[in-house]
Amino acid sequence: MSLKIIPKDAMAAFVGSLLGAYRVIGPLQKEAKFVFGPLESPDELRLDYDTSILPPKKYVLPQHETLFEFDASSFETKAVIDDQPTVILGVHTCDLHAMQLLDAVFQKTHLDQHYMARRENTILVGIECLDPCDDHSFCKSMGTLTPPTGGYDLHLTDMGDSFAVDVETEKGAWLIVHHAQARDAGDDDYARINAVMSEKWPRFPYKLDFDIGELPALMSVSQKSPLWQQLGDICLACGSCTNVCPTCYCFDVSDKVDLSLTKGHRERHWDSCQLDEFALVAGGHNFRPSRAARQRHRFFRKGKYQTDAYGLLGCVGCGRCARACLVDITPVKTFNELYRQRTGGPRN
Amino acid sequence: MNTIYLPEPARILSIEPMTALEKLFTLELAKGQSLGHQPGQFVEVSVLGVGEAPISISSSPSRSNGTFELCVRRAGDLTGVIHQKEVGDQLGIRGPYGRGFPLEKFRGKDILFAPGGLGLAPARSVINQVLDDRGRYGRVTILYGARNPSELLFKDELKEWEERDDVELRVTVDRPDDEWTGNVGVITTLFSKASVYPRNTVAITIGPPIMYRFVLMELLGKGIPEASIWLSLERRMKCGVGKCGHCQINDLYACQSGPVFSYAEIKAVEGAL
Repeated sequence: MSLKIIPKDAMAAFVGSLLGAYRVIGPLQKEAKFVFGPLESPDELRLDYDTSILPPKKYVLPQHETLFEFDASSFETKAVIDDQPTVILGVHTCDLHAMQLLDAVFQKTHLDQHYMARRENTILVGIECLDPCDDHSFCKSMGTLTPPTGGYDLHLTDMGDSFAVDVETEKGAWLIVHHAQARDAGDDDYARINAVMSEKWPRFPYKLDFDIGELPALMSVSQKSPLWQQLGDICLACGSCTNVCPTCYCFDVSDKVDLSLTKGHRERHWDSCQLDEFALVAGGHNFRPSRAARQRHRFFRKGKYQTDAYGLLGCVGCGRCARACLVDITPVKTFNELYRQRTGGPRN
Repeated sequence: MNTIYLPEPARILSIEPMTALEKLFTLELAKGQSLGHQPGQFVEVSVLGVGEAPISISSSPSRSNGTFELCVRRAGDLTGVIHQKEVGDQLGIRGPYGRGFPLEKFRGKDILFAPGGLGLAPARSVINQVLDDRGRYGRVTILYGARNPSELLFKDELKEWEERDDVELRVTVDRPDDEWTGNVGVITTLFSKASVYPRNTVAITIGPPIMYRFVLMELLGKGIPEASIWLSLERRMKCGVGKCGHCQINDLYACQSGPVFSYAEIKAVEGAL
């Protein structure tokens, strides 16, 4: 790792240079909110965004993606791989953590060539959050307020009139060498970034009443909590929570046929374990028929299963599901209530 | 480029109608290689332009001869189209996937098969594998239940098994017709008639979720050890490669850790049974 400095007035040139060589994705304003989208010019980039409606996940695991094209009459198939060189700018640390989980999932046992081709051709440029996005984020409690080791290529910290750039990988170093007017950080810069970090830390609240290390164990004794039925009673099974989640990756697959009726493509698209038909099989049996069972499944994936399987967090504390939920089901309230049920009250 | 989602073409060599709803397809991979499966595994079957679904493999590796068999029930859009296919047509195949039955653990044991309904399709794979290596196992008992006589699968093989001296076969139907002279009642009514020594028995049961509840009661009630009771769990294995999430049972992916599980492995897993 090395620390570089890019003056703010050199950022437009940096991004402009990237635009000449890569598809560049970054946070953009969309009415009153922010979204990740393709940049057309450097001045669209909003590194000061609070949170995005959807996480940048959609650029490595799109909502719809073609797995292969086919000709049913001749049984010819051709895999479709998207390996367009891409830079994603301004990824918050929660979303960097989420990307690490996706990387693990799509590499394990059966390597998913579609995901990995995108991922290997994507350069991740994180940005340090200096203020909480809103009341829903709980990154500090989840341990995701700092970027994951090895989980980014470059990481920016806003130092007022310049950005400090933490260069983590060779891919990141390449970007700096070829596209940025950057200088090495000096003693003053280190003093400055030290101050910025120290000042930001207290601005983020702890939202969980217990240590995140206890979450998998808490979940394992919460299988029969009455809370699941209470959540099931109010859940609308709309799937908003999973649609906005940076660590959700469940998908369905379907075939699309063009007007020739023989040529077409097979595509995968995001699916949601909250939808009624998710665990339905052909004979008509639904293995997770109640909303209570589906909410429990979702929270167990977030709080325990993924950690057991991959050693990584299944929830990164971004707060998107809480913002999206129409009936105010939130991970913070859910996890804290489970903790209260087991212990009689929050730790002081 | 090859990917984990690309099906391989397989040619239909023969189609045998079995019941009003089930047909047995014999397939050969177009490139000529063996499927290389274990009893209890499944494949993802595609019709390009229609879709893909998991289907258990019904033939045993011991009889593969470069081909494999799928017993397909017409239950939806995809299987409806598969049923319209003719000899010489192609289906797409991915797999085999999942964990099959650990036959090496069953050597020297008495084997009690208890398939119900379409559960005979995957059970047949392991039954024939055992029968083709008969000397390695003790007593072999097959208890098979179907709703009515017209839904009985693999009738020719049932007859063969019936005629063998080294197999005890008992068949029952819930609703007999006028010609039925055999047992009447659900599969659990057969258990008291079977001559097995529970302590040395491995039980293999495959059927619908409701059947497991009652069959497990019978098997456990005989004192068959929990680790010696093996089941295959049906789930919606959409991708077959542990990614899509549809077949997840708590923390287990049925397509990776299963679909074959011992009762000991899943008895504490909420929602598995």
